[in-house]
Amino acid sequence: MSQPSLTIALSKGRIFKETLPLLAAAGIEPQDDPESSRKLIIGTNDPSVKLLIVRASDVPTYVQYAGADLGVTGKDVLMEHGGEGLYELLDLQIARCKLMVAARPETDLEPRTRLRVATKFVNCARRYFASQSRQVDIIKLYGSMELAPLVGLADAIVDVVDTGNTLRANGLAPRLHIADISSRLVVNKASMKMKHAAVRSLVAQIAAKTGQ
Amino acid sequence: MIENRWILPEGVDELLPSEAASLEHLRRKITDLYVSWGYELIVPPFIEYLESLLTGTGRESDLQTFKLVDQLNGRTIGVRADMTPQIARIEAHRLKREGVSRLFYMGTTLRTLSDGLFGSRSPMQLGAELYGHAGAGSDAEIISLMLATLECCGAETVYLDLGHVGIFRGLAHEAGLSEAEETALFDMYQRKSVPELDAFIGEHVSGRDMAQRLRGLVSLSGDESVLAEAAALLEGASAEVRGALDDLREISTQLRARHADIRIHYDLSELRGYTYHTGVVFAAYLDGSGQEVARGGRYDDVSACFGRSRPATGFSTDLKVLNELACSAAGADHNPRREAILVTDTSHPGVWQEISRLRSAGETVACALSEAVPETDTLVFTRRLVLKDGTWKTEEYNHG
Repeated sequence: MSQPSLTIALSKGRIFKETLPLLAAAGIEPQDDPESSRKLIIGTNDPSVKLLIVRASDVPTYVQYAGADLGVTGKDVLMEHGGEGLYELLDLQIARCKLMVAARPETDLEPRTRLRVATKFVNCARRYFASQSRQVDIIKLYGSMELAPLVGLADAIVDVVDTGNTLRANGLAPRLHIADISSRLVVNKASMKMKHAAVRSLVAQIAAKTGQ
Repeated sequence: MIENRWILPEGVDELLPSEAASLEHLRRKITDLYVSWGYELIVPPFIEYLESLLTGTGRESDLQTFKLVDQLNGRTIGVRADMTPQIARIEAHRLKREGVSRLFYMGTTLRTLSDGLFGSRSPMQLGAELYGHAGAGSDAEIISLMLATLECCGAETVYLDLGHVGIFRGLAHEAGLSEAEETALFDMYQRKSVPELDAFIGEHVSGRDMAQRLRGLVSLSGDESVLAEAAALLEGASAEVRGALDDLREISTQLRARHADIRIHYDLSELRGYTYHTGVVFAAYLDGSGQEVARGGRYDDVSACFGRSRPATGFSTDLKVLNELACSAAGADHNPRREAILVTDTSHPGVWQEISRLRSAGETVACALSEAVPETDTLVFTRRLVLKDGTWKTEEYNHG
């Protein structure tokens, strides 16, 4: 039997850049740069390995339904997705940031009425506040969450925070820590079972590089 | 809303003549197969009181079950989302057999949420159960029957995934974990989340050997070499854990004897249906399908709530999914045409007897309903029934 093919889903930008050295450790080098190429399927020096360029929040979906065998995705995206149908084999320790509740420094986060929270991490936010025994009203937004408290749409936001510069520039401050985030290597359950040898060997080489 | 009157609820579909014909053909083939293995068909009801449906399978099936109120007494009725608890009830409460019961069932189920991508909310569940025997023999028989079912549908390369919940359960007992800790750990194994597992073991597990076993379990997946690795890792574990591993090895040996070219993937931290399974768990995967097509396992205590605890093992699958598989394996024709005999004149006495005779001989016979050349999308009239010299004959027929 020939070497089974493997597809790896990742998003452009920071995750792609920081994943490259890990793939290189497994002897995989992409033949195109997704920043300059419009191709969504990128070949590599290994004819049996292809990279799929997808939106960050779509990576778990592609991998769950076997659109890709493996994927690199933030723990934030994974927590929001639920992780069903996926194996989260490795913490790649890249693209580190924090999932936080942010608000204006003076905002009372325990008001007598329900706190209104704007976020694209609807499930994470609901789960977090529920774990604090708090019922909150959640507004789903797709981006520029920082704006919501400024225009009175919400009292607070739940978002990933890296340097905190965007928050500061908009008069907000990180207030509550929800989770530490880094990227994970996820694997489709069926691929793990049917392409076991190929998946295992790739995972082992990347694990060695990340020191696990 | 009138313009959308044709729309069906999400995850609900219907079969048109060619798929329906193929499904019916497959259903008959599978029935014959199971009967030839000594299994008996039972037909449970479509609805039951909710309590009987929600036995042993926990919260997930509660969420999956559509509910309605019985106007006769105000009790809640569930539309079955899974037929397995019905079989357990019937086996324990109605059949009350002492020996082995080999049963199979097929029927429409309804689920509030679909499984997977474009998954159906109304699968036609098909499955077989073997009650009254605890041991590798019945597990191997049930797995073999599942493989035979897939073969019957034209599946070529089947991957069998084998695990055993007794290994994890035994380790969790031995480690003295609380129920909440066991649930958290179960969730990490389900996701094979090695980073979280490391953190959990560091925090909650005392004893180097136990930590090593729990950490090692997540990597015990792959080909047959896994069994030897597992034996080494679990050498000093409790009798419960080693017994589970022996059981798995015995099932694997029996399966290899039955199926020379079987592809088995062992996954010792696969805990599918952990809340009700008590022994081996298994699933079948096919090339090109990202999800399992059939699944099952041993669940020895499931009928205890009906007053009789019986060992049991079984599998289930979706007949509609199998049908799609069979259609693609056979390269099914989406517009199947059927050769038929045309009857244009039904005024002669005796014509109906002759038509009956032809039909019982396996012919397809249709009568012209008007003077014009009879047109149908799928019947091709190649012969015509005529009366010649006082006897009925079929002669070649060409129209158009």
